[in-house]
Amino acid sequence: MKELICIVCPKGCHLRVDEAQDYRVTGNGCPRGEEYGKMELTHPTRVVTSTVRCTGGAHSRCPVKTDGPIPKSLMMQAVRCLDGVELTAPVHTGDIVVPNVCGTGVSFVATRDL
Amino acid sequence: MYDLIVIGGGPAGLAAACAAWEKGLNRILIVERDKELGGILNQCIHNGFGLHYFKEELTGPEYAGRFIQMLKDTGVEVRLDTMVLTVTPDRQVHMVGRDTGYRIEEARAIILAMGCRERTRGAIAIPGQRPAGVLTAGAAQRYVNMEGWLPGRRVVILGSGDIGLIMARRMTLEGAQVLACVEVMPYSGGLNRNIVQCLHDYDIPLYLSHTVTDIRGRDRVEQVVVSQVDERRQPIPGTEMVFDCDTLLLSVGLIPENELTRQAGIAMDPRTNGAVVYENMETSLPGVFACGNVAHVHDLVDFVTAESQRAGRAAADYVLGGAVPDGPVLEVKNGDGVTYTVPQHIRPGRVAKNCDLFFRVNRICGDSQILVQSGDTLIARFPREHLAPGEMEHIVLPRVLLDRASDSITVSIQEVASK
Repeated sequence: MKELICIVCPKGCHLRVDEAQDYRVTGNGCPRGEEYGKMELTHPTRVVTSTVRCTGGAHSRCPVKTDGPIPKSLMMQAVRCLDGVELTAPVHTGDIVVPNVCGTGVSFVATRDL
Repeated sequence: MYDLIVIGGGPAGLAAACAAWEKGLNRILIVERDKELGGILNQCIHNGFGLHYFKEELTGPEYAGRFIQMLKDTGVEVRLDTMVLTVTPDRQVHMVGRDTGYRIEEARAIILAMGCRERTRGAIAIPGQRPAGVLTAGAAQRYVNMEGWLPGRRVVILGSGDIGLIMARRMTLEGAQVLACVEVMPYSGGLNRNIVQCLHDYDIPLYLSHTVTDIRGRDRVEQVVVSQVDERRQPIPGTEMVFDCDTLLLSVGLIPENELTRQAGIAMDPRTNGAVVYENMETSLPGVFACGNVAHVHDLVDFVTAESQRAGRAAADYVLGGAVPDGPVLEVKNGDGVTYTVPQHIRPGRVAKNCDLFFRVNRICGDSQILVQSGDTLIARFPREHLAPGEMEHIVLPRVLLDRASDSITVSIQEVASK
């Protein structure tokens, strides 16, 4: 039995996951907590956010995020893909900045207009 | 003459203006001191915003972007790069802007949505030298996320508020080493999920019941000393730990920015550091409303949005419907374990169906009940599995229950004895 705090939403439910019973989750407030509890012990993932350089816009950095969760073990490797990337305004929310991050099939996308 | 002037173009001001427009006001002005709308969301590039309101997980700039887009579809006027200097009791707003100069605008209603600012080193009086490298977590967030500067390489964070936790992760991802997060209280002031995904994920230690007792360095921070504290939050001699670092980030609380509110003579609540408000977010000055972090510091922007929409709709009702007699007023009192409530006053006659009540507790509790009493009579009871000071609580009181109360209601918490 492992106790976790769910990070799916800010509510932060206190989950109990039973490894012995096929990762049965209790203490979750919604179905997404159950999925998180199972995933966290078998294959943990995170959405990663960071910034890249941008010229010609109102600010010199453009915020980006992975458009889906990536394995937790790849987080540091993923942000390194952003080194040296430079965008030129205009940039639109959702524009692909780096496709297929570390072979995950997930892309870094812009999260604001600049 | 405007129908409504909204002071502040962050999430609170945007939501309030949109809601007032939808309710039928058509002369609305937002005054914003920054060069763009969106407020602090523009530098909060992490995700987790919008789960309640949009039912999806957005980053701060995306959340702001949605509201800015909504605003574009209205006729709401926006004045950027403009600072409000004074709000008078007869609803004149004095403002100064680079392009427009000094202007005095009048409004039938005003919404105060100025947000909050961070407490600084001066506010908590940390002893030691005064080198460069001591800055608030929010300032560091702006440097890193918007301006592209990394403020340090070896970092200690004092305070476990959400911005400090978020910056622990952010600085790590940008190649800095975060040595420790230090919290004077025996529990974290931030959301649990941020402890997990910002500290645990990166093996950053959290020292509860500890504080910074010395800052060393002549030009730049070289060391900070961290000591354990006793129950009275006094440092315990002999427990000192020395960290070699070049940066100390402070995440030690937020202060609602109410200079304009005080100047206008509006009644303040020392517990929230915001205006005293009624059930519809109206302040003691009729036709002047307050919402978002200027009224009380929220954990989630989704709740700021919801509260500000209520304020926006109430301002529209005030302008379109004229003054309504107050009727009886209930004072909301803080019982055991409750540090503040918003609203502080409820006019049951003005509550259509339900009244939202927000509050914070002063300790961590397991299985508990929230009790609402009027005199000795219990009028409502809400079970909770978990309560924490870092997480704002919300209950909904139906009008029928409020009608049963007289003079005041008291909100308290009671931990259920563990089985």
